[in-house]
Amino acid sequence: MNFGANSNGHGVDRATEHESGGGCHMCLAIPGKIVEISGEDALNALVEVAGVRRHVNLGLLVDNKPECGDWVLIHVGYAMSKISEQDAADQMRTLEMLGECEAAMEEVKGYGLGGEETKPAA
Amino acid sequence: MKYVDEFRKPELINKTAEEIRRLADPNRHYRLMEVCGGHTHAIYRFGLKDVLPSNIELIHGPGCPVCVLPMGRIDDGLSIAAKGDVIFAAFGDMMRVPGTNGSPLEHKARGMDVRIVYSPSDAIKLAKQNPDKHVMFFAIGFETTAPSTALTLQRARKEHLHNFSVFCNHVTIIPAIRAILDSPDMRLDGFIGPGHVSTVIGCRPYEWIARNEHKPIVVSGFEPLDMLQSIVMLLRQLRAGEAKVENQYKRVVPWEGNPAALRAMADVFQLRPYFEWRGMGFISQSALKLREEYAEWDAESRFEVPGIRVTDPKAAQCGEVLKGVLKPAKCKLFGNECTPEHPVGALMVSSEGSCAAYYNYEHRKTSQLTSISVTA
Repeated sequence: MNFGANSNGHGVDRATEHESGGGCHMCLAIPGKIVEISGEDALNALVEVAGVRRHVNLGLLVDNKPECGDWVLIHVGYAMSKISEQDAADQMRTLEMLGECEAAMEEVKGYGLGGEETKPAA
Repeated sequence: MKYVDEFRKPELINKTAEEIRRLADPNRHYRLMEVCGGHTHAIYRFGLKDVLPSNIELIHGPGCPVCVLPMGRIDDGLSIAAKGDVIFAAFGDMMRVPGTNGSPLEHKARGMDVRIVYSPSDAIKLAKQNPDKHVMFFAIGFETTAPSTALTLQRARKEHLHNFSVFCNHVTIIPAIRAILDSPDMRLDGFIGPGHVSTVIGCRPYEWIARNEHKPIVVSGFEPLDMLQSIVMLLRQLRAGEAKVENQYKRVVPWEGNPAALRAMADVFQLRPYFEWRGMGFISQSALKLREEYAEWDAESRFEVPGIRVTDPKAAQCGEVLKGVLKPAKCKLFGNECTPEHPVGALMVSSEGSCAAYYNYEHRKTSQLTSISVTA
């Protein structure tokens, strides 16, 4: 998606923005479904976001631990709150409408330094 | 307004917009501030201003943690990484933010080891993968992000990880709101409260705004319906002469916040006596630093930093725009020297910054409609 044009009329391509690490993720809350829980104190979760699986940390939800199959809102690799499946779908749509879906998927794919989705964060 | 039909309950969006028009007193001019950068972005992206009557003005607050960081702090972080054998790790948002001698990305082009991480825990992973180097994580963000940095530091300490530190630039939202309210050039009627910060701090910290300042505040979600409902709730309070804290984002925000997150923050962080905010000067107790127990992982304790205050270029009016006193298009540099492609100030780098948001959604529209430069 092209953003605005500078005075030369060249658009700032969203893809370029991502390659250079631009765009803002500070308010991104990404919905994901927990497919597996592991680790010390069951605080490591393998989540699935739009088909991509990565590990996130459940340390902020120790007082109300989610279970496999639960949906959570994720921010910078940590689950922030439990949400309903409906709210997860709504949030995904909101991200799409905000044009932040790409940024969200880039973030999720980047967890664990971008790979090894079957290994927990080392 | 865009995407009405794509969101849940489009007919409700229209009804809510009608309710706003019905509730807004035509003899009043309402100034409502949305604090958080995510809301600023949503307002522009969804074209929310198009559905609001002309006597409701949305003022953009300083809730963009990238935007409010003074240039000197970027320089400080980069000076640590310039020492050699140090990896500068930060979120993507930081990469294009201008320092005095260039952004982190530009430093990378000149040979500095600069890496993007999407989670503070990945900075730990980097440290483990690079035992011969030191990984310095440049931490930014409000209370949404600070707990994650806190948990990461607890882990670094537990695992005795020595080649890792955090350069902490976390800031807190309440002192910023207080500073806005104390500002003589700011008259506001109410606040649209931050959504995700509130999942951590809850709604209680806003009670003084209602009690002492007599301004209503509604914690809001990010969908168009959420924001319009929040405006309805604000207008209802204003009509009734009330001022209280309300939570429109109940499905995600608990009134008491997240105790585990708050515990982690209390364990790891302390409040700095004061911290400089771009455009707002020094605000007391508005930022976090690591507690003594975590000194070993505090980049400011392990390394010397210049700590030089760097003021923005004279012509840049970042401060006034941040406080909501000046509209982005009125800044002398807007659209000329300062664009998203070559930003002068951080409000143009971050997509949550009001200048970038305005540029990307409004400026293009305006310049297509007329051939007159907006900055003329």
